[in-house]
Amino acid sequence: MVSDNNEIAHAAYDSKIEGNVIFTRVDAAINWMRKNSMWPMPMGLACCAIEMMASACSRFDLSRFGAEVMRFSPRQADVMIVAGTVTYKMALAVKRIWDQMPEPKWCIAMGACASSGGMYRSYAVLQGIDNLIPVDVYVSGCPPRPEALIEGLMKLQSKIEGEHALEEQKKEFFEELSS
Amino acid sequence: MSSAQDIEALKKKFGEAVVATVEFRGEHTAEVKLASLKEVLAHARETLGYDFLIDISSLDHFGKDPRFEMVYELATVDDSKHLRIRAKVGEEDSVPSVVSLWAGAEWHEREVFDMMGIRFDDHPDLRRILMWEGYPYYPLRKDFPLAGRPSEMPDVAFTGKAPLEGGPFVTAPGEGNPVTREPRSREID
Repeated sequence: MVSDNNEIAHAAYDSKIEGNVIFTRVDAAINWMRKNSMWPMPMGLACCAIEMMASACSRFDLSRFGAEVMRFSPRQADVMIVAGTVTYKMALAVKRIWDQMPEPKWCIAMGACASSGGMYRSYAVLQGIDNLIPVDVYVSGCPPRPEALIEGLMKLQSKIEGEHALEEQKKEFFEELSS
Repeated sequence: MSSAQDIEALKKKFGEAVVATVEFRGEHTAEVKLASLKEVLAHARETLGYDFLIDISSLDHFGKDPRFEMVYELATVDDSKHLRIRAKVGEEDSVPSVVSLWAGAEWHEREVFDMMGIRFDDHPDLRRILMWEGYPYYPLRKDFPLAGRPSEMPDVAFTGKAPLEGGPFVTAPGEGNPVTREPRSREID
């Protein structure tokens, strides 16, 4: 803008805009946006699901961390929270839902059962969902308190900050390209 | 009539078919021969008024002959009396289905079939109920290890062996003192 008292001021440059410009890397900007708006796919399979619901409710309020939009369609979700005992009968269904989630996607194994089979050392229970899908964050507890799940989510947020926005978060895409 | 009188009535009507009766703390049990099991249950349902089937379960007396045992828990809807009917079942035997007497027996019998591998005659829909069709084992049999056995059905399900690492909750079938019967862990392969 041209000021009234100085005719040679640069017409194309707005000195006031300086405060609104941020210099950053694309990765950092994209990751900042991604980590603050993670839409969970609630994979509630046992009692952990109750704690997950509690985390989303008013007392603990997952929306403070941008993760309140529980999507019951895998195609709209970013992070799958596997909350509960994964039986062998359910395992391939969990895998199928995971495969339907578009990248970038992350996985939180919530509680002892999802992480390792928990107390179910038996013929019927998959000994940890990481046998089937890659897990980013394990949350301990049986079931974990909502605070623990929220901490797991914050851990995931700080993990996302350090990731490469393309190479690491679009792995499947690149695998498809190269094959 | 009370359960005790019903037991007497069963003994009178079926004679030799009632192998044994047990009374323990007010619970009445009659063990019958498998051949007349359906008749006894029908009599209990129609004549003695046991119109409520609480549960059907099965036992595996591994190492004995006959190996299996069926247990039927009967009651009346007004909860005034209870009766337990048991019958020994050999490995090659099949058990008459009681779905025609109590419709609710259908899923109980499917569970017995799924977990123990006991077959039922005239069952309307004898499929597995907990494990998937094609799973090769019967997990509640005593010779099936707690850790499970590997199995693989592409695109349906797979199972692996759970690491027990000397875990608890292990009991061995048969006689013996508790030390040999309940080891820290056990492998049968």
